[in-house]
Amino acid sequence: MEKPVKIGILAVQGDFEAHAATLARLGIEPVFVRTPRDLDGVDAMILPGGESTTQWKFLVEEGLDKSLREFSARGGAIFGTCAGAILLAREVHHPDQASLGLADIALIRNAYGRQLASEVRSEMTPLSSEPLEMVFIRAPIIQRVGPDVEVLATSQGQPVLVRQGRILIATFHPELTSDTTVHEYFLRIAQTGAFAAAENDPLLKLAGSGKDLWSSEHTDDYIRRQRES
Amino acid sequence: MTATQGSNGNYLNDAWRVKVGLAEMLKGGVIMDVTNAEQARIAEDAGACAVMALERVPSDIRKEGGVARMAAPKIIREIMDTVSIPVMAKVRIGHFAEAAVLEALEVDFIDESEVLTPADEENHVWKHDFKVPFVCGARNLGEALRRIAEGAAMIRTKGEAGSGNVVEAVRHMRTITGEMRRLTTLRGDELMHVAKELGAPLDLVREIARAGKLPVPNFSAGGIATPADAALVRHLGAESVFVGSGIFKSSDPEKRAKAIVKATTHYQDAKIVLEASEVLGEAMKGLDIRQIEEKDLLQTRGW
Repeated sequence: MEKPVKIGILAVQGDFEAHAATLARLGIEPVFVRTPRDLDGVDAMILPGGESTTQWKFLVEEGLDKSLREFSARGGAIFGTCAGAILLAREVHHPDQASLGLADIALIRNAYGRQLASEVRSEMTPLSSEPLEMVFIRAPIIQRVGPDVEVLATSQGQPVLVRQGRILIATFHPELTSDTTVHEYFLRIAQTGAFAAAENDPLLKLAGSGKDLWSSEHTDDYIRRQRES
Repeated sequence: MTATQGSNGNYLNDAWRVKVGLAEMLKGGVIMDVTNAEQARIAEDAGACAVMALERVPSDIRKEGGVARMAAPKIIREIMDTVSIPVMAKVRIGHFAEAAVLEALEVDFIDESEVLTPADEENHVWKHDFKVPFVCGARNLGEALRRIAEGAAMIRTKGEAGSGNVVEAVRHMRTITGEMRRLTTLRGDELMHVAKELGAPLDLVREIARAGKLPVPNFSAGGIATPADAALVRHLGAESVFVGSGIFKSSDPEKRAKAIVKATTHYQDAKIVLEASEVLGEAMKGLDIRQIEEKDLLQTRGW
Protein backbone atom coordinates (compact mmCIF):
# COMPACT_ATOMS: atom_id res chain seq x y z
CA MET A 1 0.00 0.00 0.00
CA GLU A 2 1.23 3.47 -0.82
CA LYS A 3 0.75 6.26 1.62
CA PRO A 4 -0.02 9.54 -0.16
CA VAL A 5 3.04 11.76 0.07
CA LYS A 6 2.87 15.40 0.99
CA ILE A 7 5.10 17.39 -1.33
CA GLY A 8 6.49 20.78 -0.37
CA ILE A 9 7.96 23.31 -2.79
CA LEU A 10 10.42 25.92 -1.60
CA ALA A 11 8.62 29.13 -2.58
CA VAL A 12 10.96 31.95 -1.67
CA GLN A 13 11.98 32.86 -5.22
CA GLY A 14 12.03 31.26 -8.66
CA ASP A 15 9.77 29.03 -10.75
CA PHE A 16 8.01 27.28 -7.86
CA GLU A 17 4.65 27.71 -9.58
CA ALA A 18 5.90 25.81 -12.64
CA HIS A 19 6.69 22.86 -10.34
CA ALA A 20 3.24 23.17 -8.75
CA ALA A 21 1.66 23.08 -12.22
CA THR A 22 3.60 19.92 -13.11
CA LEU A 23 2.49 18.24 -9.87
CA ALA A 24 -1.09 19.36 -10.55
CA ARG A 25 -0.95 17.44 -13.82
CA LEU A 26 -0.11 14.38 -11.71
CA GLY A 27 -3.07 15.10 -9.44
CA ILE A 28 -0.97 16.36 -6.55
CA GLU A 29 -1.53 19.56 -4.64
CA PRO A 30 1.75 20.67 -3.07
CA VAL A 31 2.30 23.04 -0.16
CA PHE A 32 4.50 26.11 -0.54
CA VAL A 33 7.32 26.27 2.00
CA ARG A 34 8.57 29.69 3.08
CA THR A 35 9.40 29.12 6.77
CA PRO A 36 10.62 26.13 8.84
CA ARG A 37 7.08 25.70 10.21
CA ASP A 38 5.78 25.03 6.70
CA LEU A 39 7.89 21.84 6.62
CA ASP A 40 5.67 20.13 9.21
CA GLY A 41 4.22 16.94 7.81
CA VAL A 42 6.04 17.30 4.47
CA ASP A 43 7.50 14.02 3.11
CA ALA A 44 9.32 15.33 0.08
CA MET A 45 10.67 18.74 -0.96
CA ILE A 46 11.26 20.34 -4.32
CA LEU A 47 13.87 23.10 -4.58
CA PRO A 48 12.95 24.99 -7.77
CA GLY A 49 14.95 26.97 -10.30
CA GLY A 50 15.61 30.64 -9.74
CA GLU A 51 18.58 32.60 -8.47
CA SER A 52 20.57 30.46 -6.05
CA THR A 53 22.24 33.46 -4.36
CA THR A 54 18.83 34.98 -3.58
CA GLN A 55 17.36 31.66 -2.45
CA TRP A 56 20.34 30.84 -0.24
CA LYS A 57 20.11 34.18 1.59
CA PHE A 58 16.46 33.41 2.36
CA LEU A 59 17.23 29.91 3.60
CA VAL A 60 19.82 31.23 6.04
CA GLU A 61 17.70 34.18 7.18
CA GLU A 62 14.66 31.98 7.86
CA GLY A 63 16.67 29.14 9.41
CA LEU A 64 15.48 26.90 6.58
CA ASP A 65 19.03 25.76 5.85
CA LYS A 66 19.12 24.00 9.21
CA SER A 67 15.57 22.69 8.86
CA LEU A 68 16.24 21.26 5.40
CA ARG A 69 19.37 19.46 6.60
CA GLU A 70 17.33 17.95 9.43
CA PHE A 71 14.54 17.12 6.98
CA SER A 72 17.03 15.21 4.86
CA ALA A 73 18.50 13.42 7.88
CA ARG A 74 14.98 12.31 8.88
CA GLY A 75 14.69 10.63 5.48
CA GLY A 76 12.85 13.36 3.59
CA ALA A 77 13.31 13.12 -0.17
CA ILE A 78 14.58 16.24 -1.97
CA PHE A 79 14.52 17.15 -5.68
CA GLY A 80 16.50 20.17 -6.85
CA THR A 81 16.38 21.70 -10.33
CA CYS A 82 19.06 24.16 -11.53
CA ALA A 83 19.29 26.65 -8.62
CA GLY A 84 17.90 23.84 -6.43
CA ALA A 85 20.78 21.65 -7.60
CA ILE A 86 23.20 24.38 -6.57
CA LEU A 87 21.63 24.55 -3.09
CA LEU A 88 22.04 20.78 -2.68
CA ALA A 89 25.63 20.45 -3.91
CA ARG A 90 28.51 19.93 -1.52
CA GLU A 91 30.78 22.30 -3.49
CA VAL A 92 29.72 25.32 -5.53
CA HIS A 93 32.14 27.33 -7.70
CA HIS A 94 32.09 30.37 -10.00
CA PRO A 95 31.77 32.06 -7.65
CA ASP A 96 32.29 29.91 -4.57
CA GLN A 97 29.09 29.83 -2.58
CA ALA A 98 27.74 28.21 0.58
CA SER A 99 25.05 25.52 0.19
CA LEU A 100 23.20 22.76 2.00
CA GLY A 101 25.92 20.32 0.95
CA LEU A 102 23.62 17.31 0.99
CA ALA A 103 24.76 15.72 -2.27
CA ASP A 104 28.35 14.73 -2.96
CA ILE A 105 28.79 16.70 -6.17
CA ALA A 106 30.74 19.78 -7.22
CA LEU A 107 29.03 22.36 -9.44
CA ILE A 108 30.14 25.31 -11.53
CA ARG A 109 27.47 28.01 -11.75
CA ASN A 110 26.48 29.56 -15.09
CA ALA A 111 29.04 27.23 -16.61
CA TYR A 112 27.72 27.22 -20.18
CA GLY A 113 27.76 31.03 -20.29
CA ARG A 114 25.17 33.76 -19.93
CA GLN A 115 21.54 33.72 -21.09
CA LEU A 116 22.56 33.54 -24.78
CA ALA A 117 23.87 30.02 -24.06
CA SER A 118 20.51 28.86 -22.69
CA GLU A 119 18.92 26.19 -24.87
CA VAL A 120 16.60 23.20 -25.16
CA ARG A 121 18.17 19.77 -25.75
CA SER A 122 16.83 16.26 -26.10
CA GLU A 123 18.54 13.29 -24.45
CA MET A 124 17.83 9.64 -23.72
CA THR A 125 17.45 8.69 -20.05
CA PRO A 126 16.79 5.38 -18.29
CA LEU A 127 13.51 6.84 -17.01
CA SER A 128 11.67 6.45 -20.28
CA SER A 129 11.96 4.90 -23.74
CA GLU A 130 11.40 8.33 -25.29
CA PRO A 131 14.03 11.06 -25.37
CA LEU A 132 13.57 13.62 -22.61
CA GLU A 133 13.32 17.31 -23.44
CA MET A 134 15.72 19.32 -21.28
CA VAL A 135 15.47 23.09 -20.88
CA PHE A 136 18.80 24.58 -19.76
CA ILE A 137 18.71 28.17 -18.49
CA ARG A 138 21.96 29.74 -17.28
CA ALA A 139 22.58 26.21 -16.11
CA PRO A 140 25.35 24.91 -13.85
CA ILE A 141 27.65 22.04 -14.85
CA ILE A 142 28.28 19.11 -12.53
CA GLN A 143 32.05 18.94 -12.46
CA ARG A 144 32.51 16.01 -10.07
CA VAL A 145 30.27 13.30 -8.64
CA GLY A 146 31.10 11.29 -5.51
CA PRO A 147 31.07 7.46 -5.31
CA ASP A 148 27.53 7.33 -3.87
CA VAL A 149 26.11 9.41 -6.68
CA GLU A 150 24.43 7.67 -9.57
CA VAL A 151 24.44 9.46 -12.93
CA LEU A 152 21.03 8.93 -14.56
CA ALA A 153 21.54 11.08 -17.64
CA THR A 154 24.25 13.04 -19.39
CA SER A 155 24.26 15.72 -22.05
CA GLN A 156 27.31 16.90 -23.99
CA GLY A 157 29.36 14.52 -21.86
CA GLN A 158 28.27 16.14 -18.56
CA PRO A 159 26.01 14.59 -15.91
CA VAL A 160 22.69 16.47 -15.94
CA LEU A 161 20.42 14.20 -13.89
CA VAL A 162 21.92 12.47 -10.84
CA ARG A 163 20.68 10.74 -7.75
CA GLN A 164 22.18 10.13 -4.34
CA GLY A 165 19.83 8.00 -2.28
CA ARG A 166 16.78 10.14 -1.58
CA ILE A 167 18.17 13.18 -3.34
CA LEU A 168 17.46 13.81 -7.03
CA ILE A 169 19.23 16.56 -8.93
CA ALA A 170 18.65 18.01 -12.40
CA THR A 171 20.70 20.86 -13.85
CA PHE A 172 17.87 21.44 -16.35
CA HIS A 173 14.20 22.33 -15.81
CA PRO A 174 11.78 19.39 -16.20
CA GLU A 175 9.11 21.75 -14.77
CA LEU A 176 9.26 23.90 -17.92
CA THR A 177 8.07 21.12 -20.23
CA SER A 178 4.79 19.22 -20.43
CA ASP A 179 6.65 15.94 -19.76
CA THR A 180 6.12 14.68 -16.19
CA THR A 181 8.63 11.78 -16.33
CA VAL A 182 11.22 13.22 -13.95
CA HIS A 183 8.62 14.34 -11.41
CA GLU A 184 7.02 10.89 -11.52
CA TYR A 185 10.41 9.35 -10.86
CA PHE A 186 10.89 11.65 -7.87
CA LEU A 187 7.44 10.71 -6.55
CA ARG A 188 8.50 7.06 -6.61
CA ILE A 189 11.58 7.90 -4.56
CA ALA A 190 9.39 9.86 -2.14
CA GLN A 191 6.73 7.17 -1.92
CA THR A 192 9.27 4.49 -1.12
CA GLY A 193 10.32 6.61 1.83
CA ALA A 194 6.77 7.31 2.97
CA PHE A 195 6.10 3.60 2.87
CA ALA A 196 9.12 2.96 5.07
CA ALA A 197 8.08 5.74 7.43
CA ALA A 198 4.64 4.19 7.77
CA GLU A 199 6.32 0.96 8.79
CA ASN A 200 8.39 2.94 11.28
CA ASP A 201 11.51 1.58 9.68
CA PRO A 202 14.48 1.77 12.09
CA LEU A 203 16.77 2.08 9.08
CA LEU A 204 15.11 5.30 8.01
CA LYS A 205 17.77 7.44 9.60
CA LEU A 206 20.34 5.89 7.32
CA ALA A 207 18.46 7.09 4.29
CA GLY A 208 19.48 10.66 4.90
CA SER A 209 23.12 9.72 5.29
CA GLY A 210 23.52 9.27 1.56
CA LYS A 211 23.31 5.49 1.66
CA ASP A 212 21.07 4.19 -1.03
CA LEU A 213 18.71 1.81 0.73
CA TRP A 214 16.44 1.61 -2.27
CA SER A 215 18.53 1.14 -5.35
CA SER A 216 17.52 2.83 -8.55
CA GLU A 217 17.11 -0.63 -10.13
CA HIS A 218 14.43 -1.23 -7.57
CA THR A 219 12.79 2.09 -8.35
CA ASP A 220 13.02 1.64 -12.11
CA ASP A 221 11.52 -1.78 -11.79
CA TYR A 222 8.80 -0.32 -9.62
CA ILE A 223 8.01 2.36 -12.21
CA ARG A 224 7.89 -0.27 -14.96
CA ARG A 225 5.44 -2.36 -12.97
CA GLN A 226 3.32 0.71 -12.21
CA ARG A 227 3.20 1.61 -15.89
CA GLU A 228 2.25 -1.90 -16.90
CA SER A 229 -0.52 -2.22 -14.34
CA MET B 1 2.76 26.20 -21.10
CA THR B 2 2.96 29.44 -22.96
CA ALA B 3 1.15 27.86 -25.87
CA THR B 4 -0.30 30.22 -28.40
CA GLN B 5 -0.21 29.60 -32.09
CA GLY B 6 1.36 32.87 -33.00
CA SER B 7 0.45 34.62 -36.20
CA ASN B 8 3.43 36.92 -35.84
CA GLY B 9 6.03 34.80 -34.13
CA ASN B 10 6.27 31.16 -33.27
CA TYR B 11 5.54 31.03 -29.55
CA LEU B 12 6.34 27.35 -29.33
CA ASN B 13 9.87 27.30 -30.59
CA ASP B 14 12.84 26.60 -28.33
CA ALA B 15 14.28 30.11 -28.57
CA TRP B 16 11.02 31.56 -27.23
CA ARG B 17 10.85 28.97 -24.46
CA VAL B 18 14.30 29.70 -23.06
CA LYS B 19 13.52 33.42 -23.12
CA VAL B 20 10.32 32.99 -21.12
CA GLY B 21 12.16 30.39 -19.03
CA LEU B 22 14.60 32.98 -17.70
CA ALA B 23 11.67 35.29 -16.90
CA GLU B 24 10.14 32.38 -14.93
CA MET B 25 13.34 32.09 -12.89
CA LEU B 26 13.05 35.72 -11.80
CA LYS B 27 9.60 35.30 -10.29
CA GLY B 28 9.07 36.15 -6.65
CA GLY B 29 12.18 38.31 -6.62
CA VAL B 30 13.25 41.93 -6.87
CA ILE B 31 15.10 43.44 -9.83
CA MET B 32 17.03 46.55 -8.81
CA ASP B 33 18.25 49.54 -10.83
CA VAL B 34 22.00 50.09 -10.37
CA THR B 35 24.34 52.62 -11.93
CA ASN B 36 27.71 51.09 -11.05
CA ALA B 37 29.44 47.91 -9.89
CA GLU B 38 29.37 48.90 -6.22
CA GLN B 39 25.59 49.34 -6.24
CA ALA B 40 25.27 46.04 -8.10
CA ARG B 41 27.23 44.32 -5.33
CA ILE B 42 24.96 45.87 -2.69
CA ALA B 43 21.89 44.74 -4.63
CA GLU B 44 23.16 41.17 -4.99
CA ASP B 45 24.11 40.99 -1.31
CA ALA B 46 20.65 42.23 -0.38
CA GLY B 47 19.07 39.35 -2.32
CA ALA B 48 18.13 40.93 -5.66
CA CYS B 49 17.38 38.23 -8.27
CA ALA B 50 18.70 40.46 -11.07
CA VAL B 51 20.03 43.98 -11.59
CA MET B 52 19.19 46.58 -14.23
CA ALA B 53 22.27 48.46 -15.38
CA LEU B 54 21.66 52.07 -16.34
CA GLU B 55 23.46 55.40 -16.42
CA ARG B 56 21.09 57.38 -14.23
CA VAL B 57 18.17 56.20 -12.13
CA PRO B 58 14.78 57.46 -13.37
CA SER B 59 14.40 60.19 -10.72
CA ASP B 60 17.69 61.75 -11.88
CA ILE B 61 16.67 61.43 -15.53
CA ARG B 62 13.48 63.26 -14.60
CA LYS B 63 15.38 65.99 -12.76
CA GLU B 64 18.24 66.51 -15.20
CA GLY B 65 16.30 66.15 -18.44
CA GLY B 66 18.11 65.85 -21.78
CA VAL B 67 18.15 62.72 -23.91
CA ALA B 68 18.44 59.50 -21.89
CA ARG B 69 20.16 56.67 -23.79
CA MET B 70 21.45 53.13 -23.31
CA ALA B 71 24.14 52.99 -20.58
CA ALA B 72 27.81 52.97 -21.60
CA PRO B 73 28.96 49.40 -22.37
CA LYS B 74 31.90 49.88 -19.99
CA ILE B 75 29.58 50.38 -17.00
CA ILE B 76 27.41 47.43 -18.01
CA ARG B 77 30.46 45.19 -18.43
CA GLU B 78 31.81 46.16 -15.01
CA ILE B 79 28.47 45.25 -13.48
CA MET B 80 28.40 41.92 -15.36
CA ASP B 81 31.88 41.14 -14.07
CA THR B 82 30.88 41.97 -10.49
CA VAL B 83 27.72 39.95 -9.89
CA SER B 84 26.66 36.38 -10.67
CA ILE B 85 22.92 37.15 -10.95
CA PRO B 86 21.41 38.09 -14.35
CA VAL B 87 22.19 41.57 -15.63
CA MET B 88 19.59 43.55 -17.58
CA ALA B 89 20.04 46.82 -19.43
CA LYS B 90 17.70 49.34 -21.04
CA VAL B 91 17.37 50.44 -24.65
CA ARG B 92 15.32 53.29 -26.05
CA ILE B 93 11.93 52.32 -27.49
CA GLY B 94 12.42 51.23 -31.11
CA HIS B 95 16.22 51.44 -30.98
CA PHE B 96 17.07 48.00 -32.37
CA ALA B 97 20.69 49.00 -32.95
CA GLU B 98 21.18 49.70 -29.23
CA ALA B 99 19.56 46.31 -28.61
CA ALA B 100 22.01 44.64 -30.98
CA VAL B 101 24.88 46.24 -29.06
CA LEU B 102 23.52 44.88 -25.77
CA GLU B 103 23.08 41.44 -27.30
CA ALA B 104 26.69 41.51 -28.52
CA LEU B 105 27.68 42.48 -24.98
CA GLU B 106 25.75 39.38 -23.82
CA VAL B 107 23.48 40.99 -21.25
CA ASP B 108 20.89 38.51 -19.97
CA PHE B 109 17.75 40.61 -20.55
CA ILE B 110 16.91 43.85 -22.40
CA ASP B 111 14.33 46.34 -21.15
CA GLU B 112 12.85 48.35 -24.03
CA SER B 113 12.02 51.20 -21.72
CA GLU B 114 9.95 54.36 -21.66
CA VAL B 115 12.37 55.67 -19.03
CA LEU B 116 14.83 56.40 -21.84
CA THR B 117 14.01 58.89 -24.59
CA PRO B 118 12.19 57.01 -27.39
CA ALA B 119 14.11 56.56 -30.64
CA ASP B 120 10.99 55.70 -32.66
CA GLU B 121 7.54 57.06 -31.95
CA GLU B 122 5.74 54.45 -34.06
CA ASN B 123 7.65 51.19 -34.03
CA HIS B 124 8.91 49.16 -31.13
CA VAL B 125 11.80 46.73 -31.57
CA TRP B 126 10.81 43.51 -33.37
CA LYS B 127 11.99 41.37 -30.52
CA HIS B 128 11.62 38.00 -32.25
CA ASP B 129 14.78 38.90 -34.18
CA PHE B 130 16.86 38.68 -31.01
CA LYS B 131 18.13 35.73 -29.06
CA VAL B 132 18.30 37.69 -25.83
CA PRO B 133 14.92 38.06 -24.06
CA PHE B 134 13.11 41.42 -23.74
CA VAL B 135 10.90 42.96 -21.08
CA CYS B 136 8.53 45.80 -22.01
CA GLY B 137 6.29 48.14 -20.07
CA ALA B 138 2.51 48.28 -20.46
CA ARG B 139 -0.36 50.33 -19.04
CA ASN B 140 -3.16 48.09 -20.25
CA LEU B 141 -3.84 44.71 -21.79
CA GLY B 142 -3.77 45.89 -25.41
CA GLU B 143 -0.30 47.36 -24.93
CA ALA B 144 0.92 44.20 -23.16
CA LEU B 145 -0.35 41.97 -25.97
CA ARG B 146 1.18 44.13 -28.69
CA ARG B 147 4.56 43.84 -26.96
CA ILE B 148 4.17 40.07 -26.55
CA ALA B 149 3.26 39.79 -30.25
CA GLU B 150 6.52 41.62 -31.02
CA GLY B 151 8.38 39.03 -28.93
CA ALA B 152 8.56 40.37 -25.35
CA ALA B 153 9.21 37.49 -22.92
CA MET B 154 8.15 39.48 -19.85
CA ILE B 155 5.71 42.32 -19.24
CA ARG B 156 5.94 44.88 -16.46
CA THR B 157 3.61 47.71 -15.58
CA LYS B 158 4.98 51.08 -16.60
CA GLY B 159 3.86 52.89 -13.49
CA GLU B 160 5.45 56.32 -13.33
CA ALA B 161 9.19 55.76 -13.06
CA GLY B 162 11.21 57.96 -10.76
CA SER B 163 8.13 59.30 -8.99
CA GLY B 164 8.38 57.26 -5.79
CA ASN B 165 4.59 57.09 -6.10
CA VAL B 166 3.01 53.67 -6.53
CA VAL B 167 -0.37 54.95 -7.76
CA GLU B 168 0.32 54.48 -11.48
CA ALA B 169 1.79 50.98 -11.05
CA VAL B 170 -1.38 50.06 -9.16
CA ARG B 171 -3.59 51.57 -11.84
CA HIS B 172 -1.77 49.67 -14.60
CA MET B 173 -1.75 46.35 -12.74
CA ARG B 174 -5.44 46.60 -11.90
CA THR B 175 -6.24 47.57 -15.49
CA ILE B 176 -4.33 44.64 -17.00
CA THR B 177 -5.67 42.01 -14.58
CA GLY B 178 -9.20 43.44 -14.73
CA GLU B 179 -9.25 43.37 -18.53
CA MET B 180 -8.01 39.78 -18.47
CA ARG B 181 -10.75 38.74 -16.04
CA ARG B 182 -13.35 40.35 -18.28
CA LEU B 183 -12.07 38.43 -21.31
CA THR B 184 -12.58 35.10 -19.57
CA THR B 185 -16.32 35.85 -19.27
CA LEU B 186 -16.90 36.49 -22.97
CA ARG B 187 -18.21 34.17 -25.68
CA GLY B 188 -15.79 33.05 -28.37
CA ASP B 189 -17.62 35.00 -31.06
CA GLU B 190 -17.12 38.23 -29.11
CA LEU B 191 -13.34 38.06 -29.12
CA MET B 192 -12.73 39.54 -32.57
CA HIS B 193 -14.44 42.73 -31.45
CA VAL B 194 -12.27 42.78 -28.32
CA ALA B 195 -9.16 42.31 -30.45
CA LYS B 196 -10.25 45.31 -32.52
CA GLU B 197 -10.93 47.40 -29.39
CA LEU B 198 -7.64 46.48 -27.74
CA GLY B 199 -5.61 46.75 -30.93
CA ALA B 200 -4.15 43.34 -30.14
CA PRO B 201 -3.69 40.17 -32.23
CA LEU B 202 -6.69 37.82 -32.08
CA ASP B 203 -4.63 34.73 -31.26
CA LEU B 204 -3.31 36.36 -28.11
CA VAL B 205 -6.76 37.67 -27.16
CA ARG B 206 -8.08 34.11 -27.44
CA GLU B 207 -5.22 32.80 -25.34
CA ILE B 208 -6.04 35.29 -22.56
CA ALA B 209 -9.74 34.40 -22.76
CA ARG B 210 -8.77 30.75 -22.30
CA ALA B 211 -6.06 31.05 -19.63
CA GLY B 212 -7.04 34.25 -17.81
CA LYS B 213 -3.39 35.27 -17.58
CA LEU B 214 -0.59 36.53 -19.78
CA PRO B 215 1.47 33.87 -21.59
CA VAL B 216 4.60 35.48 -20.09
CA PRO B 217 5.43 36.55 -16.52
CA ASN B 218 3.78 39.78 -15.42
CA PHE B 219 5.91 41.99 -13.17
CA SER B 220 5.41 45.43 -11.67
CA ALA B 221 7.53 48.56 -11.97
CA GLY B 222 7.34 52.33 -11.69
CA GLY B 223 7.12 54.08 -8.33
CA ILE B 224 7.68 51.25 -5.83
CA ALA B 225 9.54 52.74 -2.86
CA THR B 226 8.65 50.81 0.32
CA PRO B 227 8.26 47.18 1.45
CA ALA B 228 4.51 47.73 1.70
CA ASP B 229 4.44 49.08 -1.89
CA ALA B 230 6.09 45.84 -3.02
CA ALA B 231 3.58 43.77 -1.02
CA LEU B 232 0.69 45.77 -2.51
CA VAL B 233 1.60 45.13 -6.15
CA ARG B 234 2.30 41.46 -5.36
CA HIS B 235 -1.22 41.15 -3.92
CA LEU B 236 -2.59 42.74 -7.09
CA GLY B 237 -0.97 40.10 -9.29
CA ALA B 238 2.64 41.18 -9.88
CA GLU B 239 4.84 38.07 -9.98
CA SER B 240 7.98 40.11 -9.25
CA VAL B 241 8.94 43.67 -8.59
CA PHE B 242 11.29 46.14 -10.26
CA VAL B 243 12.63 48.86 -7.98
CA GLY B 244 14.31 51.79 -9.67
CA SER B 245 15.06 54.98 -7.82
CA GLY B 246 13.41 53.67 -4.63
CA ILE B 247 16.53 51.99 -3.28
CA PHE B 248 19.56 54.08 -4.09
CA LYS B 249 17.66 57.35 -3.57
CA SER B 250 16.70 56.35 -0.02
CA SER B 251 18.68 57.14 3.14
CA ASP B 252 19.96 53.58 3.67
CA PRO B 253 20.01 51.63 0.38
CA GLU B 254 21.38 48.39 1.86
CA LYS B 255 18.66 48.06 4.48
CA ARG B 256 15.90 49.18 2.17
CA ALA B 257 16.99 46.74 -0.55
CA LYS B 258 16.88 43.84 1.93
CA ALA B 259 13.54 44.96 3.33
CA ILE B 260 11.89 45.17 -0.10
CA VAL B 261 13.23 41.72 -1.04
CA LYS B 262 11.79 40.29 2.17
CA ALA B 263 8.39 41.94 1.70
CA THR B 264 8.21 40.74 -1.91
CA THR B 265 8.63 37.09 -0.91
CA HIS B 266 6.48 37.24 2.23
CA TYR B 267 3.86 39.68 0.93
CA GLN B 268 1.06 37.48 2.27
CA ASP B 269 2.41 37.67 5.82
CA ALA B 270 1.76 41.16 7.20
CA LYS B 271 3.90 40.48 10.28
CA ILE B 272 6.97 39.93 8.13
CA VAL B 273 6.18 43.01 6.01
CA LEU B 274 5.93 44.92 9.29
CA GLU B 275 9.31 43.58 10.39
CA ALA B 276 10.78 44.61 7.05
CA SER B 277 9.27 48.09 7.37
CA GLU B 278 10.44 48.74 10.90
CA VAL B 279 14.18 48.95 10.42
CA LEU B 280 14.09 51.56 7.71
CA GLY B 281 15.23 55.15 7.43
CA GLU B 282 13.61 57.60 5.08
CA ALA B 283 12.13 56.57 1.75
CA MET B 284 12.89 58.60 -1.36
CA LYS B 285 10.89 61.78 -1.65
CA GLY B 286 7.83 61.10 -3.77
CA LEU B 287 6.01 63.15 -6.39
CA ASP B 288 2.29 63.74 -6.68
CA ILE B 289 1.48 62.52 -10.19
CA ARG B 290 -0.96 65.42 -10.64
CA GLN B 291 1.91 67.86 -10.17
CA ILE B 292 3.79 66.31 -13.09
CA GLU B 293 3.03 68.04 -16.36
CA GLU B 294 1.58 65.90 -19.13
CA LYS B 295 4.67 66.35 -21.31
CA ASP B 296 6.91 65.12 -18.46
CA LEU B 297 5.08 61.82 -17.93
CA LEU B 298 7.24 58.83 -18.86
CA GLN B 299 4.38 56.31 -19.10
CA THR B 300 2.86 57.91 -22.20
CA ARG B 301 5.97 57.05 -24.22
CA GLY B 302 5.34 54.03 -26.45
CA TRP B 303 1.82 52.82 -27.22
